[in-house]
Amino acid sequence: MSRPLLEVNDLKKYFPIKGGLLGGIKAQVHAVDGVSFHVSRGETLSLVGESGCGKSTVGRAILGLFDITAGQVVLDGKRIDQLSARVLRPLRRRMQVVFQDPFSSLNPRMKVRDIIAEPVRNFGLATSKADLEHKIRAVAELVRLPQDALGRWPHEFSGGQRQRIGIARALAAEPDLIICDEAVSALDVSVKAQIVNLLQELQKQLGLALLFISHDLAVVEHMTHRVAVMYLGRIVEMAPKREIFAAPRHPYTSALLSAVPVPEPATDRRRVVLKGDVPSPINLPSGCRFHTRCPYAFDRCRVEDPELRLSDKDHFVACHLQQPGLAGVAGVAVGQD
Amino acid sequence: MPDSLPLLEVVDLQTHFRTPDGINRAVDGVSFTVKAGETLAVVGESGCGKSVTAMSLLRLVPEPPGKIAGRILFQGRDLLALTEREMKAIRGKELSMIFQEPMTSLNPVLTIGFQLRETLRLHEKVDRRTAERRAIELLDLVGIPESRRRMSEYPHQLSGGMRQRVMIAIALACSPKLLIADEPTTALDVTIQAQILDLMTDLKRRIGAAIVLITHDLGVVAEVAERVMVMYAGRKVEEAPVADLFRAPKHPYTQGLLGAVPRLGASLLDAESKLLEIPGVVPSLKQRIVGCVFAGRCPHATDICREAMPALDVKAPNHIAACHHAATEPAAA
Repeated sequence: MSRPLLEVNDLKKYFPIKGGLLGGIKAQVHAVDGVSFHVSRGETLSLVGESGCGKSTVGRAILGLFDITAGQVVLDGKRIDQLSARVLRPLRRRMQVVFQDPFSSLNPRMKVRDIIAEPVRNFGLATSKADLEHKIRAVAELVRLPQDALGRWPHEFSGGQRQRIGIARALAAEPDLIICDEAVSALDVSVKAQIVNLLQELQKQLGLALLFISHDLAVVEHMTHRVAVMYLGRIVEMAPKREIFAAPRHPYTSALLSAVPVPEPATDRRRVVLKGDVPSPINLPSGCRFHTRCPYAFDRCRVEDPELRLSDKDHFVACHLQQPGLAGVAGVAVGQD
Repeated sequence: MPDSLPLLEVVDLQTHFRTPDGINRAVDGVSFTVKAGETLAVVGESGCGKSVTAMSLLRLVPEPPGKIAGRILFQGRDLLALTEREMKAIRGKELSMIFQEPMTSLNPVLTIGFQLRETLRLHEKVDRRTAERRAIELLDLVGIPESRRRMSEYPHQLSGGMRQRVMIAIALACSPKLLIADEPTTALDVTIQAQILDLMTDLKRRIGAAIVLITHDLGVVAEVAERVMVMYAGRKVEEAPVADLFRAPKHPYTQGLLGAVPRLGASLLDAESKLLEIPGVVPSLKQRIVGCVFAGRCPHATDICREAMPALDVKAPNHIAACHHAATEPAAA
């Protein structure tokens, strides 16, 4: 079996908080604290979780937008987290990103044509001027931008159209992987549906792998193959879509799913309302990070940090309740909704 | 007040803004009522005029460049006829509001306690000690732990969910008759949103305030509203009891909106499911739209839709929609 397109091994990213008289490091934000996963060719893996869980930091770390604290990022069998900018550059072409805010992620002083042309030129993908023009038009067509769009400025477009431009720019580099960081979160319902459908079609057509970072669980369920649920810098559960949404095993996943309001009135759902707020990633709770809000926490959870273990085929869970022998109990208690 | 009179009656509300390139008809002839104690949800996408409607009810639209016309009858009094001074006495007391972003609607340099006491003392003429005691009770009511200590804290020391609880406490301080909530949970994480929605439903039951809930989230609507009004391009296109609207939407826009929302569980049943798209974009509000506002994007549009504005007709019991082509259900026997 060939290696997955992207592997992330025990990734850590701490942000120092400077302070005090001498400006020393006072504390650290444990934004990402030991995260491992892989993304195969043509596959969508979604990273889900609430604000501050570290999902966006993971995306940025993979792209090399900052130095990581520890761990490895491996693209197509080659470790890329320690490479110099010059060596990394051709590899970076293979991973592109689409950001949340289509208003601030497009240069307002560049016409759409130039926005799409930039990656083609940067990575030397066009053999001639005619080829460049051909590539720009082909990409615009892929994302279904009208042909007259190329000569216009970003501000002339609505949010949905701008996101198409953002996707076109990513595709222009002919990537293998696109990291979508809340790429549809800012869009209105009807436009969101257009972009979600577009991403799915592009994936099928071009065999793209997607790392889909999102807090919108309904959209994730609609378009993903596998899901990794993050909480306070860790993955607490990772499994194929069906397993996560139909039979979640971690109490946090269950609570998260049950908190999503469903557009069907008078459905009598049992909702697990979590008490309290997410603890600070500066002073992490002892033991399991979720024990302060977990309705099933027992003594062991307060002292011992559970590892992410294989609990069933392709289904990983970090919870003491999922220990062999106890699995049945937790399955009944947690995964019933 | 007799039962027959609604708490709030809005008649032909028009809120227009003068801009350098023409008049923006943000709200263009919207009428609706809210009964005492009921929750009306106003849904629609960005730019449909739902937030401007909320701001108009409170008369918080800057004039000029804005201009509000029509009638807003609150407990029988036309709010648009009141002086600013009279309006101030109502705002925050009988008519209260919660906004989307609690960080910008709380004053960052005043303590939570100060902001709660201020509201109480302004409207209820109570002494300092009573205000202090009532403020702590309010924080307890909205589920803020260690309420006494929180009184001396500043907004930035609280999490987003806690700040929204404080906003709700301030909004409820004077037992309002009507609470206007503009996207109250949009900025919050789902688990926190669930807490706040539960809190709002629970408090509504206890205090008996009516709520006008402005939101784009159809899931939130389904969970808390009793009646729903759908807006598109500054106009009301449909209104119905919540169950009827979700079960049998009449307006093609509402149908499109409901089809475009991914639902948890749906893709597990049908692997090839595709989300419904509404083609095109919202029309500019700066040109007067002749005919139906949705005609340009509607799959059923015909000539009449482009020529005549459809009236809001009764299509089923308690169910109105502005569409030339929506069928009328015979009244249930």
